[in-house]
Amino acid sequence: MILWRAIAAAILFAGIPALLAGEIPPDARRSGYSFMGPDTRAMQDDDTSNPGMLFVLDGETLWRKKTGSADKSCADCHGDARSSMKGVAARYPAFDKALARPVTLDQRINLCRTNHQQATPLPYESRDILTLSAFVAHQSRGIAITAGEDPRLAPFVEQGRKLYLQREGQLNLACTNCHDDNFDKRLAGSPITQAQPTGYPLYRLEWQTLGSLERRLRSCMTGVRAQAYEYGAPELVALELYLMSRARGMPMETPAIRP
Amino acid sequence: MAALINVPAKAKRGDIIEIRTLTSHIMETGFRHTVEGALVPRDIITSFTCRYNGTEIFRADLFPAIAANPYLSFFTIAKESGKFEFEWTGDNGYSTTASASITVE
Repeated sequence: MILWRAIAAAILFAGIPALLAGEIPPDARRSGYSFMGPDTRAMQDDDTSNPGMLFVLDGETLWRKKTGSADKSCADCHGDARSSMKGVAARYPAFDKALARPVTLDQRINLCRTNHQQATPLPYESRDILTLSAFVAHQSRGIAITAGEDPRLAPFVEQGRKLYLQREGQLNLACTNCHDDNFDKRLAGSPITQAQPTGYPLYRLEWQTLGSLERRLRSCMTGVRAQAYEYGAPELVALELYLMSRARGMPMETPAIRP
Repeated sequence: MAALINVPAKAKRGDIIEIRTLTSHIMETGFRHTVEGALVPRDIITSFTCRYNGTEIFRADLFPAIAANPYLSFFTIAKESGKFEFEWTGDNGYSTTASASITVE
């Protein structure tokens, strides 16, 4: 009887660390880059073999193109992106005073379009919004992520953290179950990463195109058979904000390559 | 459409040099259907050529199984200073060009 109790207790206590597992210590954080094979890494490292750079080039053209009824280009206000946009993507999603909530980089670009260029907002995941955000985020490559430092963002970071820990879908999995507790293992042959969003928008070989972090989050949600939030939903923005603040201090890689 | 070309700026005469090209294209296979069941028409690059000072040195035919944004790498011998001209042609009258120069010493 005592033996059985001891075994039961041992099982119970052995289970505790697994339940308490969660947050990855700052120095144990790894970019998705470190989970990739040498070929895919080489593809990302060489700007002439990184297809994400094609989008950055197109984004640079768009940056200089006048649009909307104000007939202004991004460059007319912001000048040379190399200096004006340096480090900007590393602090997004950022708090917008007028809306009193955080906005993603894509949403900021569209706010700029509607408010200052008097142009129609670009649809989520359209080529133009991806090229523009890739071009802007590329200016932060190598710069440490600072997102979520603004104290006004605290409740939204917390909302994102709760969503990250929230089990959902028919498979009843939370983000944390894979990306905190089981990274470095494999899921159907593919490595499970830590979900550090350092290289968005990134070129995913599976997509054969560039995609946003929201697209990636939505495909994870579909993967656990949950109803994915719509693009631009406050929940997705909060999740994005939490993930970026979780990766604070890690260098940006945009445009990254992922399998 | 954007293209990325990697040709060494300088080379010694007789050197074997690597040329790497990457171009932007969706490479739609023509085998996929929309949610409504309609066939998405094929839209691919079908041919790539590289000319070195006017002489064709490399040609490739491309097919539906090739991924989006095709990347091609090949080698040639640096003979003289001049220009490499690249041309991609494909479905729906698609045609795009790029060039790069080299100094051979």
